Amino acid sequence: MIVGTSGLVLNEKLLFEHSDAGRKGYSLTPLDVPAADLPDGLCREEIAGFPELSEVDVVRHFTRLSTWNYGVDSGFYPLGSCTMKYNPKVNELAARLPGLADVHPATPDHLAQGTLAMMYELQTMLAEISGFAAVSVQPAAGAHGELAGMLTVRAWHEAQGSKRRKVLIPDTAHGTNPATAALAGYEVVPIASEGVLTLEEVEAHMTDEVAALMVTNPNTLGLFETNIAAICELVHARGGLVYCDGANLNALLGIARPGDMGIDVMHFNLHKTFATPHGGGGPGSGPVGVSAALAPFLPGPRVVRDGEAFRFVGTQESVGRMLAFHGNFGIMLRAFAYIRSMGAAGLKHATEMAVLNANYVRARLEGGYHLPYATRSLHEVVFSDRDLPNDCHTLDVAKRLIDYGYHPPTIYFPLVVKGAIMIEPTETESQETLDEFCDAMLAIAKEAEMSPDLLHAAPVRTRTRRLDETAAARQPRLRWEER
Amino acid sequence: MRYIPHTSGDVAQMLGRIGVGSLEELFVEIPASVRLKRPLDLPPALAEGELLRELKVLAGRNATPENHISFLGGGAYQHFIPAAVDQLISRSEFYTAYTPYQPEISQGTLQAIFEFQTLVCQLTGMEVANASMYDGASACAEAALMAVRLTRRRKLLVSRALNPRWRAVITTYCRYVDLDVVEVGFAADGRTDLDDLGAKLDGQTAAVIAGYPNYFGVVEDLAALARLAQGAGAKLVAGVAEGVALGLLKSPGELGADIVAGEGQSFGIPVSFGGPYVGFFAARMKDVRAMPGRLVGETLDRDGKRGFVLTLATREQHIRREKATSNICSNQGLCALTATVFLSLLGKQGLRELAQQNLAKAAYAKAQLGGVEGVTLPFAAPVFNEFVVRTARPVKDLLAVLEQQGILGGIPLGTDYPELADAFLVCVTEQHRRNDIDVLAQALAGGAA
Repeated sequence: MIVGTSGLVLNEKLLFEHSDAGRKGYSLTPLDVPAADLPDGLCREEIAGFPELSEVDVVRHFTRLSTWNYGVDSGFYPLGSCTMKYNPKVNELAARLPGLADVHPATPDHLAQGTLAMMYELQTMLAEISGFAAVSVQPAAGAHGELAGMLTVRAWHEAQGSKRRKVLIPDTAHGTNPATAALAGYEVVPIASEGVLTLEEVEAHMTDEVAALMVTNPNTLGLFETNIAAICELVHARGGLVYCDGANLNALLGIARPGDMGIDVMHFNLHKTFATPHGGGGPGSGPVGVSAALAPFLPGPRVVRDGEAFRFVGTQESVGRMLAFHGNFGIMLRAFAYIRSMGAAGLKHATEMAVLNANYVRARLEGGYHLPYATRSLHEVVFSDRDLPNDCHTLDVAKRLIDYGYHPPTIYFPLVVKGAIMIEPTETESQETLDEFCDAMLAIAKEAEMSPDLLHAAPVRTRTRRLDETAAARQPRLRWEER
Repeated sequence: MRYIPHTSGDVAQMLGRIGVGSLEELFVEIPASVRLKRPLDLPPALAEGELLRELKVLAGRNATPENHISFLGGGAYQHFIPAAVDQLISRSEFYTAYTPYQPEISQGTLQAIFEFQTLVCQLTGMEVANASMYDGASACAEAALMAVRLTRRRKLLVSRALNPRWRAVITTYCRYVDLDVVEVGFAADGRTDLDDLGAKLDGQTAAVIAGYPNYFGVVEDLAALARLAQGAGAKLVAGVAEGVALGLLKSPGELGADIVAGEGQSFGIPVSFGGPYVGFFAARMKDVRAMPGRLVGETLDRDGKRGFVLTLATREQHIRREKATSNICSNQGLCALTATVFLSLLGKQGLRELAQQNLAKAAYAKAQLGGVEGVTLPFAAPVFNEFVVRTARPVKDLLAVLEQQGILGGIPLGTDYPELADAFLVCVTEQHRRNDIDVLAQALAGGAA
């Protein structure tokens, strides 16, 4: 069956274009105290252009906008390195429970024991899953957790009196890695690596100026870094630390633990591995786990247990605070609910099915698309557009997939593969879904041969067709203005 | 497991197609030496009903507005949330979508962000706003770094009256990038001390950073801060912890701010023990290329139809890598949507009325509490919906007595301000009834103070 079809899609103006003076979409309880004024000169005039709408206007507006989107609930979302697994509904309910959603972050510890207990248990479960000694749940997203991790690395070095200023980053790394290293005050030294990182490549760069090596394991090609233990030993022997980007942890649950490999620091993406929704670009949550030696330097305060009681504790050595409060608690709660629903066996099963799904897609598409790396991959697989004829490229395949009813895979990443098509199916997709998707991919490869115009014109079934991104950047219009 | 569809028949068929004999074979590349040789030690899996029972037990161990009268604020505010907000953000096309990298099937998210950016510009009086930051504090730290990029100077002057946790985040972000973070004191009226600021401003100062309102709820004289800062060639960063205040106060843009970093939690987002919230970030158009974070712009599709895309990405980490303006990637998209829905419902009149209610309730509370013997109000400058209360009795004892009466009286200030060890911060919003405020005043009059 071809999933993509066309139907009635409704147009919708901008909020501001709907606005009609005097319309209201709210009701406030009448004031039961005398009105008050601010001294002259402090108050603003009414906000020009601010919307005036009824509740019905607002509900229709956002409902229509939602129908222009594609979510995991709409269909298959094979974005590589993003782990777009199904987001369980009970977790949404959990995050909205009275007694959890309405706890103020400045509530004294002894009156917030329920929230602290949850955070403590989450820290403990994440530590067990990853093999680290300590976890801080404060960072708000993956890149924020990365920053927390690299600041922790830096703080550890400073405490040893070490003045190392360089960080090694293989070119298979996520784009956030170099930007993060720079924010922690490090100079980035790229390592050109072919597939799996070798001990020799690391050895050649591992001088006494290098503070850390940043890796992703499995890497962005979906390949397990088979030399990781030896690499960690080497880096440690030369006075450095090893940072692991945890974006691809879904390949390892219950199978292997980064902490056991010798890795010193890793961030988690609760919005990837632990099934919290991506929200159209966040909120995520990016806890960071470390070995025992680095634990005092973690961002804080963190939750500790004193007998039956829980409390927040900061340390003198901590790199400090990453957010105004304790982290994205509502996201932690969803991840907690997920881990408690899955249990140890469930998490391992998830990893096995995620790897099975990726390898199944690989087996079905091999031959139809060029596969640049023959090594057995884990939870994701990278193809390329090398063999596509008639000026058809990865972007065209991606856009044509939309017409077939799928969200495109991650494209043009990792950078080491020209025209990369990076597919991560996750464990929550059935064989039928994968078959339909693979049929679509193969049909598109065939179209590229027979009728390439279909690819170049795609998408044609969406409300808007290909958008002019160059024009958007050349003459930026970043807000609505009254004309 | 209900989230995983595979039957044993499916697994066998799929393994056959792959050409391996077992699941184990799929993991051959992971050396035995780094394998976990035991099951993970996690609590047993819970069925859906059991999970909810357990979570409700946890919920029962927390103080909330349901069982306490709470005057806690300090950067997180209890405001009314219209029912339509949660209904709309629960559309799963919104909340289960990824970042809108594929614009043709992400127009809902993209148009909503464009609307968010516009609302933030209107509220702050600025020309351009981004798609959101993690929270107000991290937005403020990013604003400090942007000012450093714009001025190529290395010193930041941070008002001591700025939320202390925001100051802590600025310190964290600046820890290892060779920046000098210097504190500017506050004057007797609770506003940033202009004399101290004047003395510390110099040709090395990249930015002056102050709260609006500040941590004491006090409305700063932003225009004076802007004049001083800009007179020395520095930028003024206004940090707005309580967005509702912008419904009534002159916008930071109108008063001369160069960058506005704020917290949007008040716009329909539950306090949720500190997150997820939404940072907003606004600046001048001439500085747009130095901004951190995602930006959505308007464009046309092939048929000439209006649409929206992520734009000016050459500032960002995935393109510019170590030269990027920030490492931020995922931000707080759904919370930005929440704020957009909330502000659409409240609208021009509603936001102003909401702000006026907050102002009035706080003024009433200030008058009631100020009339209690043993209570003084140390700061004379005008406030929005928070204010500082000083008491004769030690704050810790006093708050404990209030707690026994089911009242969370406020946030003690001594930990962050030793000079205010005998004071605490009281927040009053439209959610407080007159009676709640009277109860607090009576408790203080009845011996607590």
